[in-house]
Amino acid sequence: MLKQTENIIEVSNLVKKFGNFTANDDLTFDVKQGEIFGFLGANGAGKTTTLKILSGLSYPTSGKVKVAGFDVYREREKVKKNIGYMSQKFSLYDDLTVKENIRFYGGIYGLPGKYIKEKTDELLRRLKMENIKDSLIKSLPLGWKQKIAFSVAIFHNPGIVFLDEPTGGVDPITRRDFWELIYEASYSGITVFVTTHYMDEAEYCDRVSIMDQGRIEAMDTPALLKKQYNAENMDEVFIRIARKQQL
Amino acid sequence: MRKILYILQKEFIQIFRDKTMLPMIFGVPIIQLVVLVHAATLEMKSIDMFVVDKDLSSLSAKLVNKFEGSPFYTISGRSFSITDANKEIENNKADVILHIPHGFERNLLREKSSEIQLQIDGINGTAASLINAYSTSVISDFNKNIIVELTQMPQLAEMEPIEIQTSYWYNPELNYKTYMLPGILVILVSIISLFMTAMNIVREKEMGTIEQINVTPIRKHEFIIGKLVPFMIIALFELALGLTIGKLFFHIPVVGSVGLLFGFVLVYLLVVLSIGLLISTLASTQQQVMFISFFFMLVFILMSGIFTPTESMPMWAQKVNIINPFYYFMRVIRMILLKGSRFWDISYEFFSLLIYGSFMLGLAVWRYRKVA
Amino acid sequence: MSRFIGFVKKEFSHIFRDYRTMLILFGMPVAQILIFGYVVSNEIKDIKIAIYDKSKDNVTQEITNKILSSGYFIIDKNIDNDNQVEDAFKKGNIREVIIFEPHFAEKLEREGKASIQILADASDANTANIVSNYTSAIIRTYMKNELMKGELPFVIDTKVQILYNKELKGVYMFVPGTMALILMLVSAMMTSISITREKEMGTMEVLLVSPLRPMPIILGKVIPYVGLAFMNALVIIALSYFVFDMPMQGNLTFLLLETLLFILMALSLGILISTVSKSQMMAMFISMFALMLPTMLLSGFIFPIENMPKILQWLSSIMPARYFIVIVKNIMIKGSGILVVWKETLYLTGITILFLVISIKKFKVRLE
Repeated sequence: MLKQTENIIEVSNLVKKFGNFTANDDLTFDVKQGEIFGFLGANGAGKTTTLKILSGLSYPTSGKVKVAGFDVYREREKVKKNIGYMSQKFSLYDDLTVKENIRFYGGIYGLPGKYIKEKTDELLRRLKMENIKDSLIKSLPLGWKQKIAFSVAIFHNPGIVFLDEPTGGVDPITRRDFWELIYEASYSGITVFVTTHYMDEAEYCDRVSIMDQGRIEAMDTPALLKKQYNAENMDEVFIRIARKQQL
Repeated sequence: MRKILYILQKEFIQIFRDKTMLPMIFGVPIIQLVVLVHAATLEMKSIDMFVVDKDLSSLSAKLVNKFEGSPFYTISGRSFSITDANKEIENNKADVILHIPHGFERNLLREKSSEIQLQIDGINGTAASLINAYSTSVISDFNKNIIVELTQMPQLAEMEPIEIQTSYWYNPELNYKTYMLPGILVILVSIISLFMTAMNIVREKEMGTIEQINVTPIRKHEFIIGKLVPFMIIALFELALGLTIGKLFFHIPVVGSVGLLFGFVLVYLLVVLSIGLLISTLASTQQQVMFISFFFMLVFILMSGIFTPTESMPMWAQKVNIINPFYYFMRVIRMILLKGSRFWDISYEFFSLLIYGSFMLGLAVWRYRKVA
Repeated sequence: MSRFIGFVKKEFSHIFRDYRTMLILFGMPVAQILIFGYVVSNEIKDIKIAIYDKSKDNVTQEITNKILSSGYFIIDKNIDNDNQVEDAFKKGNIREVIIFEPHFAEKLEREGKASIQILADASDANTANIVSNYTSAIIRTYMKNELMKGELPFVIDTKVQILYNKELKGVYMFVPGTMALILMLVSAMMTSISITREKEMGTMEVLLVSPLRPMPIILGKVIPYVGLAFMNALVIIALSYFVFDMPMQGNLTFLLLETLLFILMALSLGILISTVSKSQMMAMFISMFALMLPTMLLSGFIFPIENMPKILQWLSSIMPARYFIVIVKNIMIKGSGILVVWKETLYLTGITILFLVISIKKFKVRLE
């Protein structure tokens, strides 16, 4: 796997408050170019909040955040050219076809029409979805939709893609397929930042951070984390961390 | 610029793909136009008159005959009791009571004057004043004939020293439809365009697709314009359709320049659609949008002068009308279509709306937040 | 049952938490009543006119003064040549031009006859008619008082008595009309949208697989709106009674019962709309076009029904709002009881049941 030491995301002392509630409590971490970074935690731990700040959808309360070399406060639109995003809420248009969705998103990223056409054909071939290119999104099973949504999110060749619970609600086999796509993207040099609460998926990541109640409790490669917490798998690591919190 | 085209393409596909919405957008309003124009009339065509003739003379019979012969009146019943008659009004069986008292003919002949009574159901104030005007004019007409007949001096009835000639310009037959059709058209075009734009962005919010757009580098004004133009085109098409129907089936005159009208409408739509988009960026659910727009729309429609002259409204209402886009359009469409007003006649309205529209558009772009 | 109450509570808090909606919900009837009461009336005043006085003598001056002091008219401009007439109309500010012929007073004295021309802008036919009639009436009064000596023989004096509403106030029409409109809106439109919303968001399925049966679910969604609509009705009645001096001849309880019946009718219509519409937008458009304009124009609220073409009269006779307006008018103004309005009440009850039966049928079909 292609490894570089350059930081593509740099976060220091990030705080996000909603009134009295602190969703992100003093987060500091880096993500290196080309890695698959897993952002783990239970529901409500504050993962989505961080992700939204990183992708420019939400303002941080304080702290310094740099994505792809740009500051998310001042160079927001430059950041946006360099990132892809797939939200937790399913985000393709139900009443448009597969092809129309791809064309629309490609179009508003300002890609040339001819390029969009060629790349769409190639993409559909790769996903083996040529025969459904004119089907409405709403007629497709969830797993397929998510694959298309992911492909749309990296259609404009961003340096980084943010995935918010991309595999929520699909069966294990489809999840495997989906991770194949993530690996493919990673091979082609895209940094992947993925949130999930499936601990088995954590094993697929190069590095993971585990979040609880707005704080990052642990961050390392899965192998080292298992060693540190003396656990068989990531699930156990997670449970240990959560227990420790409650005690 | 090219990005805007992609948004346009997407919006149009979505609008035209929804087969259930198409008739709502194009069919139903047109049917409404055709139907409601007929409903909006203040000409009284059938007045139910209840007769209490206590005189039973040849003269009283003549007067009742005169009413009976009029196409506007139906004699709904007769009685000698005024209590019975009042009951008829209470039960909504009659609109007016013609009460001819005992001695009507005798008094007229002997004492040269006499009296009759009209009792009108006043609950519907508008109808009552019209019934009043119609009925008294029938009676005074009858009176004139009587005078001529009894005095054998026709000039007596015409002895008014000042002759009043009334001419009705632009609409000599006082056809109410030519006035109402443009008015109703204004409402339909505005409702459709306002609601469709107002619902649009909020719908993307509810569906979650707005986030996907917000992470793209698209500029705020590109997005807003992309959302505005499709509905502008639809509204213009709707207006053209309505005008064609008005011309073909209702023979409304088109005295002025159609080009000028459409030019004006373009500016008008800028205002209405920007308001729609502004509401859309402010609200978080479609239900909210609907409520907010409905509220303003109802107020704006009623104050626009569609049914009643705006200059008779109280001063504060006339001040409110300065920000009422419907008011400007209501005036101008009628001025151009019916009177042939030219650009400099409507320049005040035109430039007012232009300033208003630019301001609202700016506000909508400013209020649209890509970041929470 | 406790589950059901919990559900209703949830629906209530959904609605009441949204303060914007609440503000509008209660602001709307108030604003509407005020607009109808103070703004939209068929009363004519301050109509702008132009005077084209080709004579400029003391008689024309006197007549002009009489016209302007009536309160109906204000003078916008004086015209002094023919070309200005059309221009003035096209600018759209004036509604009438009054033209005195040259040597008016002189002719009147020498020949006993002079003429005034009234040009009315009849693009608004209704106002033109009223305006020109008012003007001629003022001139005639002037003639009678100043120029005509002696009474005509054989004059029939018509005494007009307006029943129930001596000042011909619009309030008697618009209070029932506004009630019908607002209740329709709050009940039918809001329920149809809120049910369709659940369908659109996919939460309807969740509710349907819950242990609650479909009917209680619908009922739970509908009950808060009954409350809201009813409060709205109370606000309207109170405003009309205290601010606009609308009489309350009949029994208040009876009126409220009839109002409740109308609300139920509107709700069942809302449920029906929600069963046929796929999206909130569609529910909205159906409600809007099926309810708002027809309720305003076909119920006799603004335009008298008797004047409409036969087809529209039939159409209007299926409009529930029409019957409700009749009921409210009769109870409030005439003090009628059930004996007078039983037919209208029966109709409203019948159509409510009809709407409910159709919706239940549709609902079942969808579930299977």
